[in-house]
Amino acid sequence: MEDLVRIRDLTVRFHTYEGVVYAIDDLDLDIRQGETLGIVGETGSGKTMTALAILRLIPYPGRIESGSIVFFDKGLRSELELLKLSEDKMRSIRGCKISMVFQEPGSALNPVYTIGDQISEVYLLHQRQELGRQAKRRIDSLLGNGGTLAASIKRPFWRWQSRLYNKIAEGSNPLEPRILSHIPLFRRLLWRLKDEAGLLTVSMLKDVEIPDPDRVAGRYPHELSGGMKQRAVIAMALACSPELLIADEPTTSLDVTIQAQMLELFRRIKADRGASVLFITHNLGVAAEVCDRVAVMYAGRLCEVAGVEEIFLHPMHPYTKALLEAVPMPGKELQTIPGALADAFNPPPGCRFHPRCPSAMPTCQHERPKLKEVAKDHMVACYLY
Amino acid sequence: MSDWRFTARQLAKNPLSLTGVVIIAIFIIIAIFAPLIAPTPAGQLNSYMIPRDGYWAEPQPPSAAHILGTTQGQYDIFYGVVWGARSAFRVALVVMSITLLIGIVLGSLAGYFGGVLDEILMRITDIFLAFPWLILAMALVVVLGPGLKSVMIALIVVWWPSYARLIRGDILQVREEDYVEAARGLGASSGRVIIRHVLPNAIYPALIMASLDIGAVVLSAAALSFLGLGAPEGYADWGQMTQFAQNWIVGPLDNPLKYWYAVIIPGLFILFFVLGWNLLGDAFRDIFDPRLARR
Amino acid sequence: MDTLVDIRRLKKHFPILGGVLRRPVGAVKAVDGVSLAIKRGQWLGLVGESGCGKTTLAKTLIRLWKPTSGHIYFDVPDVVKAEIEMLESQDKNGSKLNSLLKENDLGTFSSSRVRSFHRRAQLVHQDPFTSLNPRMKIKNIVAEPLKIHHVLSGHAVETAVEELLDKVGLSSGQLERYPHQFSGGQRQRIAIARALATKPEFIAFDEPTSALDVSVQAQILNLLKDLKREFGLTYLYITHELLIAESVCDYIAVMYVGKVVEMGKPEEIFHTPRHPYSQSLIAATPVPDPTRRVGRIVLPGEVPSPANPPPGCHFNPRCSRASDECREFEPELKLISNDHYVACFYPL
Ligand SMILES: Nc1ncnc2c1ncn2[C@@H]1O[C@H](COP(=O)(O)OP(=O)(O)OP(=O)(O)O)[C@@H](O)[C@H]1O
Ligand SMILES: Nc1ncnc2c1ncn2[C@@H]1O[C@H](COP(=O)(O)OP(=O)(O)OP(=O)(O)O)[C@@H](O)[C@H]1O
Ligand code: SF4
Ligand SMILES: [Mg+2]
Ligand SMILES: [Mg+2]
Repeated sequence: MEDLVRIRDLTVRFHTYEGVVYAIDDLDLDIRQGETLGIVGETGSGKTMTALAILRLIPYPGRIESGSIVFFDKGLRSELELLKLSEDKMRSIRGCKISMVFQEPGSALNPVYTIGDQISEVYLLHQRQELGRQAKRRIDSLLGNGGTLAASIKRPFWRWQSRLYNKIAEGSNPLEPRILSHIPLFRRLLWRLKDEAGLLTVSMLKDVEIPDPDRVAGRYPHELSGGMKQRAVIAMALACSPELLIADEPTTSLDVTIQAQMLELFRRIKADRGASVLFITHNLGVAAEVCDRVAVMYAGRLCEVAGVEEIFLHPMHPYTKALLEAVPMPGKELQTIPGALADAFNPPPGCRFHPRCPSAMPTCQHERPKLKEVAKDHMVACYLY
Repeated sequence: MSDWRFTARQLAKNPLSLTGVVIIAIFIIIAIFAPLIAPTPAGQLNSYMIPRDGYWAEPQPPSAAHILGTTQGQYDIFYGVVWGARSAFRVALVVMSITLLIGIVLGSLAGYFGGVLDEILMRITDIFLAFPWLILAMALVVVLGPGLKSVMIALIVVWWPSYARLIRGDILQVREEDYVEAARGLGASSGRVIIRHVLPNAIYPALIMASLDIGAVVLSAAALSFLGLGAPEGYADWGQMTQFAQNWIVGPLDNPLKYWYAVIIPGLFILFFVLGWNLLGDAFRDIFDPRLARR
Repeated sequence: MDTLVDIRRLKKHFPILGGVLRRPVGAVKAVDGVSLAIKRGQWLGLVGESGCGKTTLAKTLIRLWKPTSGHIYFDVPDVVKAEIEMLESQDKNGSKLNSLLKENDLGTFSSSRVRSFHRRAQLVHQDPFTSLNPRMKIKNIVAEPLKIHHVLSGHAVETAVEELLDKVGLSSGQLERYPHQFSGGQRQRIAIARALATKPEFIAFDEPTSALDVSVQAQILNLLKDLKREFGLTYLYITHELLIAESVCDYIAVMYVGKVVEMGKPEEIFHTPRHPYSQSLIAATPVPDPTRRVGRIVLPGEVPSPANPPPGCHFNPRCSRASDECREFEPELKLISNDHYVACFYPL
């Protein structure tokens, strides 16, 4: 399978008042076309930061210190080095080719706009040409039929409208509609764009299995339940048919039965749209449920990357093993990982897991293990292999 | 990082806060060392009474005997402003601490227990807050008879309701915190819960407001004194000294600024005192702002 | 094994205030008629989805909140309970009944009696980041219950605190630190040490590990196991993670919208659930085993609000077996096999 995103040597640090936080340290990760890649790991291991780095949205005082993130744009059939793109270009990728779903559905929605308006906004922002094309088609069909008097009076207006929308559909930023959109009353002449966006919104909402999408589109976020909101956020993220959907703990705040519905939805999205999904979670059960491949992170580094079955049935890295042992399973004695999580300001040298690792060797204490392929499609960063 | 070092560093980082600290420190030094800076003349019993040098009305310019001149009635301005710092601190601290105390007690009771008590208390504060405070204070001083003590009582009476309300609001919020419920779950009595868990976490906004308000208290006391309702004549009090200057703000036609010292000097003292507390209060607000990252 | 905690028909409703006058216009029936018995030495797991009333049940049981109705008995002999039931069924509001209730029913205790009851029963909150007073030192936090109940004084308190912290796996060098200087797992240990201070018989845990990581969660669970064995404790353990409930608890109660819908031993609940809701809940739980992916039941719809539950069995709008009977009448919790109770007209 082809890679969609290739991350190399990514390093993210936070320069805080109290010292430097090594949030991500020399991370290499590929996301393939059409796969669901899971990132699992404990709090502070850098899962969210990895996702935000791809979108170049690392919050202050964090900085991407080095590395490269290459994105293969299917539409343009070209490679884009995301870390070198201009901010303008990046903005056209964010929310469109790469979009993100956050843990708290509430925080991603603006409380003063209806769900429908917010999703339409995405279409209006990123898919103006497509909307113009649709609108033109609709007007043309109006032009074609009807010989009544009323229709023949309106015909010149429709012709003009057809031309107008054609311009929108063709040009990247044509003059006439641009001027119109800045004059309060004349702005109305572009209403068909909004209408088309509204139609697309409703079909999108239906696509994420929101019952009664017409009504829900007119609702405000606070009128919806958590699961419904998360669906709306997913609809918004899918609006532009992204090539990569990043989901940061999308089910953590939801109930088990709602979570099951959501996981089903993610599985369907992947199957229907062929998009890649980067699925961040700390729940190993959820990862086993939806992912094709899983990457395990510890203290800003990757420990292990492999297919789901490989990871869960034949884990290799001591941390992965320990993590799986720590999941309560009936009829099994609970194993704990000794010690505490690595200090973010002062991570241990060598392998970051060595102070807690049962099979640590002297080399582990001062030399950093490289991620290497030890079996087919199974990468591990550990001196045992 | 210890709280003290954090506080000190925050103060030092902002030049305005630092200015506030310096101003207030200077006033504290003046107040403490008043007997050394402006020694009481031998034989005078009450140090707070300004020594006078004659009885005629017209203020006299600075001279060797009176470095800052004398004001109406030949009271020594230098002595007055130095000892006035003590009066200012006394009024400010007494009024503020009693106000805070009342505010804390009533605000806690109303906020923590709620119900009828809360309702009654809040309606009372509504009534107080509906009056124009200066007029209420004046009326009170007139009823109680002029004097510094009456001024303090009047200020406390008009000032406490806003503190009671502020503290009540914060208590209402903290009351719902998990650790407060946890404390109740341990079997702690209401008094213990309030004193050990609720108040320590709810008191900061009130303390910040108090530090901002100290200037306002002194200003109000000065205003009452200016109206002749404050300290007895001759008492070292900035407000009264501005009152003495009332008739001398504009000098004779040929020299309108002739009596500047009588007007400006007490005025400057009040100005800087109030300014110092305001800057300090702002600094405290920044320091105790929970949104400030201090992990 | 005798029964330590016995709740009978417990209800806790929160009024919904509305209008200008803030008069009650309805009620959130957070706990709506729950009967539950916890035997001495038992580790009872209470599972259910968000908002079904688990926390409310625990807080009412521990008497942080006053119940709307129903009885809570803590360590009351069976004969007394039977006598109260008998007097109640005769429907006479006799003084005998009242005095018996006052003496035995936690729900009617005065606040000073409730305070001394807290020596024997404790609650550990869900979120260790909010349940410790940020302005108190660790040693004072752990010592507080000892001081409140005058168990120890002076130097003995300090030794006891050190011992307690040692029990939960914290070194005594950290006595002078403040909560924000600890990680989530360590804070939860502090909260557990505090709960243990007065040597209670019963501890209710409200999702004590839901804010923690998997590896830390395992440490806390093992700690709870050890403490239970060492002190002979009785636990009520609230969680929404079925895997935890299945692996540590020895009796399970499943809640849905303010009611217990099924109770039984974990083997039975998790392998042969009898209530359709338990069944779908178990099926919806993701298991870290990719080979077990297939055949999940995805339950349609959403959890109804306890302010406005559907009539009849609260589960009927989502249930595939629901009939008209389910839409009209509420099923009672009935014994269907040894120690296994179900509230359903058509159990599986
Ligand atoms: N604003 C910030 N200032 C300083 N450090 C930060 C900041 N944001 C994140 N970090 C640090 O970056 C590291 C990685 O954080 P990240 O949010 O990626 O973790 P995560 O794996 O997503 O954890 P979680 O499961 O809690 O979401 C952590 O050590 C964290 O302390
Ligand atoms: N103090 C309160 N006032 C009004 N309603 C409340 C109050 N506390 C809880 N509720 C309501 O009672 C219901 C049950 O809440 P509860 O916290 O017991 O649920 P829970 O099962 O513990 O959920 P979770 O898993 O989210 O903790 C909810 O609908 C909640 O909104
Ligand atoms: S009582 Fe009826 S609706 Fe309720 S769970 Fe049983 S079958 Fe379903
Ligand atoms: Mg995260
Ligand atoms: Mg709860």
